[in-house]
Amino acid sequence: MTVALSGKKIARQIEKHFPGGIIESSPQSLVVDRESLLPVATYLKTAPGLDFDYLTAITAVDYYDYFEVNYRLTSLKRNHSLVVKTRCYGRDNPSLPSVVSLWRGADFQEREIYDLFGISFEGHPNLKRIVLWEGFQGHPLRKDYLQW
Amino acid sequence: MEIGELYSRRQLDEAEGEQIEALKARSQQPIPDPDDWLEEELRRNILMTSVDSLLNWARRSSLWPAICFPACCAFELIATAASRFDISRFGMEIIRASPRQGDLMITAGTLTWKMAPQVRRIYDQMPEPKWVIAMGACAISGGIFASSYSVVPGYNRIIPVDVYVPGCPPRPEALLYGIRMLQQKIARMSLITQGR
Repeated sequence: MTVALSGKKIARQIEKHFPGGIIESSPQSLVVDRESLLPVATYLKTAPGLDFDYLTAITAVDYYDYFEVNYRLTSLKRNHSLVVKTRCYGRDNPSLPSVVSLWRGADFQEREIYDLFGISFEGHPNLKRIVLWEGFQGHPLRKDYLQW
Repeated sequence: MEIGELYSRRQLDEAEGEQIEALKARSQQPIPDPDDWLEEELRRNILMTSVDSLLNWARRSSLWPAICFPACCAFELIATAASRFDISRFGMEIIRASPRQGDLMITAGTLTWKMAPQVRRIYDQMPEPKWVIAMGACAISGGIFASSYSVVPGYNRIIPVDVYVPGCPPRPEALLYGIRMLQQKIARMSLITQGR
């Protein structure tokens, strides 16, 4: 059984390397500052003892004030998992750094979030719509999306 | 008591020979085929019918479905094709992978706008004459996804539909009934008016 690591414990460990990088943490998850997402993700993947070599899923939530993007990480080597979140503000052109360079599995999922939420991922190799077609108006999973 | 005590072996052989001779004597002419119940024209293999009925009979009796199964109704269609319901009773057991060999499209499943051009292309590749059965609520009107941003509200936005089979999904009996209705429809087609 995969052990779900405590977000609070990992947050304390990350805080030593990236001061101010953690916005908040709970036993279930930790929220990373937008600017330090990529360095923290790199640390989580490479740090001995953590070894998060597998990205299970990326999901996004629209909380009206901000979009929250969840990264569910798993270590196949250590058999443990962690939920990392980050937030991006603004509804006109929200953007986040892409993690495709770390986990190739993020490719299609970031495209899906771009398609349905309209969040741009900087550094993504092929950021275009994946589920809907080019020319579709709006992003349907946003809370303020109305068809008619 | 043994047979040998009443009839000798020789007498038995002679009795058998008489039976064979009698059968041979009355079998000198071939027995005529039992066709005296047929009309004179039929006995000469002449059938009188209209071109319409012959064509329609041929067309409705071997409908070959082309594959267009985008969603869950496909499983009811597979059940219809399998042994319990056995679609081959109606001359359509060959479900074609190539639309160029099919003349019936059974649209078993939800259609999204992104998939719609491919379905239209499959329909265009089918040779004339061709028919479409809209199978299930999604194929008729979009079903529960009718107001979705991505689902086509009914196949009749994309291609002309001949028969609508309701259900979510329809039972195999319902699909077979729809096929029978389509066959009745084909039976009324005419070369002059082109049916539809």
